[in-house]
Amino acid sequence: MPPRLNIVVPIKRVIDFAIKPRISAAKNAIETNGVKFSMNPFCEIAIEEAVRLRESSKDLVESITLVSAGSAKIQDTLRAGLALGADKATLIDIPAIDDSKSLELEPLAVAKLLKAFVEKSNANLVIMGKQAIDDDSNQTGQMLAGLLNWSQATNASKVTVDEASGVVTVAREVDGGTETVSAPLPLVITTDLRLNTPRYTKLQDIMKAKKKKTEKITPEDLGVDVTSRLEIVSLSEPPKRTGGGKADSVDALIGKLKGVGAI
Amino acid sequence: MLPRISISIFSVARVPSRTIRRRLVVGQRLTSFMSERTYRTTALRRNVSDEGRAMMQEPREEDEADVVIVGGGPAGLAAAIRLKQLEQEHGKEIRVVLLEKASDMGNHTLSGAVLEPRALKELLPDWLEDPPSPLTPVKSDKMRFLTEKYSIPLPAPPQMHNSGNYIVSLSEVVKWLAAKAEELGVEVYSGFSVNELLYDQGGAVAGIATNDMGISRAGAPKDNFQRGMEFRAKVTLLAEGCHGSLTKGVIKKYDLRRGKDAQTYGIGLKEVWEVPEEDWHEGEVVHTMGWPLSSNVYGGGFMYHFGERLVSVGLVVGLDYANPWISPFREFQRMKHHPVYSSVLKNGKCISYGARALNEGGLQSVPQLIFPGGALIGCSAGFMNVPKIKGTHTAMKSGMLAAESAYAAITSGTTNESAVALYDYEDNFKKSWVYDELNEVRNVRPSFHSSLGLYGGILYSGLDTLLLKGRVPWTFHHKASDASVTQPADKFKPIEYPKPDGKLSFDLLTSVARTGTMHDEDEPVHLQVKDLDAHTIASYPKYKGIENRFCPAGVYEYIPDETKPEGVRFQINSQNCIHCKTCDIKVPTQDINWACPEGGDGPKYMLT
Repeated sequence: MPPRLNIVVPIKRVIDFAIKPRISAAKNAIETNGVKFSMNPFCEIAIEEAVRLRESSKDLVESITLVSAGSAKIQDTLRAGLALGADKATLIDIPAIDDSKSLELEPLAVAKLLKAFVEKSNANLVIMGKQAIDDDSNQTGQMLAGLLNWSQATNASKVTVDEASGVVTVAREVDGGTETVSAPLPLVITTDLRLNTPRYTKLQDIMKAKKKKTEKITPEDLGVDVTSRLEIVSLSEPPKRTGGGKADSVDALIGKLKGVGAI
Repeated sequence: MLPRISISIFSVARVPSRTIRRRLVVGQRLTSFMSERTYRTTALRRNVSDEGRAMMQEPREEDEADVVIVGGGPAGLAAAIRLKQLEQEHGKEIRVVLLEKASDMGNHTLSGAVLEPRALKELLPDWLEDPPSPLTPVKSDKMRFLTEKYSIPLPAPPQMHNSGNYIVSLSEVVKWLAAKAEELGVEVYSGFSVNELLYDQGGAVAGIATNDMGISRAGAPKDNFQRGMEFRAKVTLLAEGCHGSLTKGVIKKYDLRRGKDAQTYGIGLKEVWEVPEEDWHEGEVVHTMGWPLSSNVYGGGFMYHFGERLVSVGLVVGLDYANPWISPFREFQRMKHHPVYSSVLKNGKCISYGARALNEGGLQSVPQLIFPGGALIGCSAGFMNVPKIKGTHTAMKSGMLAAESAYAAITSGTTNESAVALYDYEDNFKKSWVYDELNEVRNVRPSFHSSLGLYGGILYSGLDTLLLKGRVPWTFHHKASDASVTQPADKFKPIEYPKPDGKLSFDLLTSVARTGTMHDEDEPVHLQVKDLDAHTIASYPKYKGIENRFCPAGVYEYIPDETKPEGVRFQINSQNCIHCKTCDIKVPTQDINWACPEGGDGPKYMLT
C-alpha cells in the first residue's frame, strides 16, 4: 500500500523582499511601522512543492497543513497560503512576538514548537523554506530533523517521491554543484530557490480560502517554552560603501595593497 | 494691459437633470455602433504559438456581484463601507467586491497629507474611538514665499487654515479603512488589476475582468499562466485615482467630457524623513511657493511634522509647464536645500519616496460622472480642492454619494430590465458640499494661466479667497491640455540642476529604491508605445528627452545608438514604474498609454 503523505509546511511572515529594511534609531530594532509584510519567498516555494506533489499523483497526498508562530497578524499570511492550495492552517499564538519582535523567536524555539506540532499531527513529511529572508539563519529545518530524529534533505532543488517504496530522492544545492540524496519517509526537506516557481493565486482560490479551517493553539498546548536564550546585543546597518581608487602602475598597486595590509 | 483670460458667463448654472437623461440615451445609441471591446488588453503578438493563443483566449470563470469597485483608495473604500452600512440599515443584502492592483491595501497610496475629517465623520461618526495611526492634529500653519536664500511670510487664505484637521499617512488611513470595510463584509481583494470592462448587448458596462497573469515579455503565456476572472455586476464604480486607465477609456467611449474643460494635472513628489527631536515640531504645517520654481510654473512645496519625529516633505508641480527642460524630481531635490527645509532635514534620514499625479482642474474639469452601468468616483472624476490642496475628503464624499445611489437602484428591483443609471448620484453631487466647495474656488487655479503667471495668480487668488469667494458670474477655463502647452526645447536654455549631495538631496535611482517598486522582469511592458522609433523621431528632436525629465522613476531613457536616425533609441525601463501616470498625461506626442501591469506589481509605499 503506497504511503500517503501527510505534509506539514511551516511558514514565516517577514518584511517583503522588495523593501529595504531600516533600523529605527529610537528602538534599536528593525523598523516595522508601516512596512509591508509578506510570506517568506522560500515558504511559498515549499507550499508550491506540496501542492505539486498532490497534483502529480492522485491519492499521494492526504493533507497539507500550514503552521506558523507569532502574533495574530500572521492570520493573513496563513490565509494566503491556504489560497495557494493548502488544506488547513494553524497559528501558534504568541502575542508577544509581534512584527517588530520576530527576531526574538529563536530558531531552536521554533524547531521545538514544530517538533511538538508535527508529532501531534501525525505528519510524515515536512517541507519548509531553507531560511527566512530576515535572519537568514538556515538552522530551523536541520534542528527540527535532529529533534524528530528524522532524515533531512536541505537546500532542495528537485524532489521526487517513489510511491511504491516511499523513498524520496532529493537533489540538493551545494557549493560546487548538486548532490543527490535519498531517504525513506519520514523526512524533513528544506526548499531552495530553484525548486519551483510558485503559481499566482487565483481570485477564486482566495474566495475559497476564506472558508478553509484555521485553528489557534498556544506554546503551552505544545508544552514548549519559547523564552529566547539569545540576546541581540546590537543592530547596525552595513557600513556605507566608500569609493574605490585606481592605481596607475603595478608598483603603485603593490604599494596600495601593502598600505591596507593586504599583503 | 489686461491679461487675456477666457470668460464664460453663467457657465456654472445648474444643469437640469432632464438634459443628463437625454445625453445618456444618446450615449447608449452611439455605443451600439462601437465595437464591444475597445480597451487594449495584452496584445497577442505574432510569435505566440497556437497553443499559447488557445490558453490566452480560454473562456474565463465568471462570478457575480451587485457592486464591483475598481480601486481601493479612500473613494473606493468609502463607497464600499457606505454600501454595507446601507445593507445593515435596510436589510436588503448586496454583494460588494473591491479590487485593488497593489499587492496590499495602501501600497500605492501617496499623499501629503493633511486630512479634513469632514467626510470621515459622516461615514464613521465614532472614528476617533479607534483611529488610524499616525494621527497628528495640526498645531500651526505657515505659508512662505521663497527666494533662493530668503523666505517671506505670506498670509494664508482662509481655506488653508487647518485647525480641526489632521496630518496623516494616507497609506495608513487606507489600510485602516480597508480593515473597516472587511469587518462590514466587503470582499476586498488586493493584488488584482483590471484592464478590461465587460459590456452587455446595449453597450452598457456590465462588469469587469481581472488581468491574466503570467504572460512573458513577448506576450506568450509562461508556465505559471493564470487566466483572469470575470465579475458581472449591476453597478461598476471606477475609483482608480487620478487619470485612471479604465476611466480614460470610459470617458472617451461615453463622451463624458462633452461641454467640460479638459482635466489639468500636477505631479506631487514626496519623501518621508525621520528627524532628531530638536528639529521636529509636532503638528506644524508649512507651505511654500516661489523658489525653486520660476514664475511661470505653478506649484509649491510642503512640509508636515507628524507621527513620531516624522516629516513629510514634498513638491507639487503643475504639469502645464511649457519648458521641457524642467525636471520636477530635480526641482524637488534642490528645494530641500533651502533653509526653510534644510533646517529641519539636515540631521535626518530619508526613509521613503514616491510620486503621483493629481488633479488640478477643479469644477470645470469634472466630467459627467455616470455612464450606463456605473460611475466615476474620487480622483478618477477629479474633486480635488486645489487651493486647499485637499482631495481626500471630497473623494470620500463622492464615493458615499455614489454608494447611496447604487444601493437605491439595486434594491429597487428594476435592474433586471435595463442597465443601471445612477442619476441620483449626479444630482446629489450638485447639491452637496463637494460642489459648493469646488464652486467657491473654481477660479483660483485657472487664474495662474494668464501671462502674469505666478504673480497674477497670487493677486487674483488673494482677492478671490479673501473677498469674492467665487461669488462672481464668470468662470475661468482651462483652454488646453497639459501635453499640448509644452513648447519645443530650442525655445529655452537647458536647466543646470545642482548635483545631489547624498544627505539632503538624492539621485533618482537611490530614490526609486526607496519606493520598493517591483515588476517581473519577464512581463509585457505596461507603458504601451506602438512604435519606439516613430516616437523617437516625433519627440526627441523637438523636446530633447522630456520623458527622461518628467518621469519621477527613471523609466524613460534615450540611449545613444549610432544605428538610429536620431542617434538615440527610446528605452522603457518599465520595472522602475511607480504608477504615477505622469507620462500618459504630459508626453507631448500623447502616444504613451499607461495600462495596468499584473496585479501586485508596482511600489510598496511606506508611511506615504
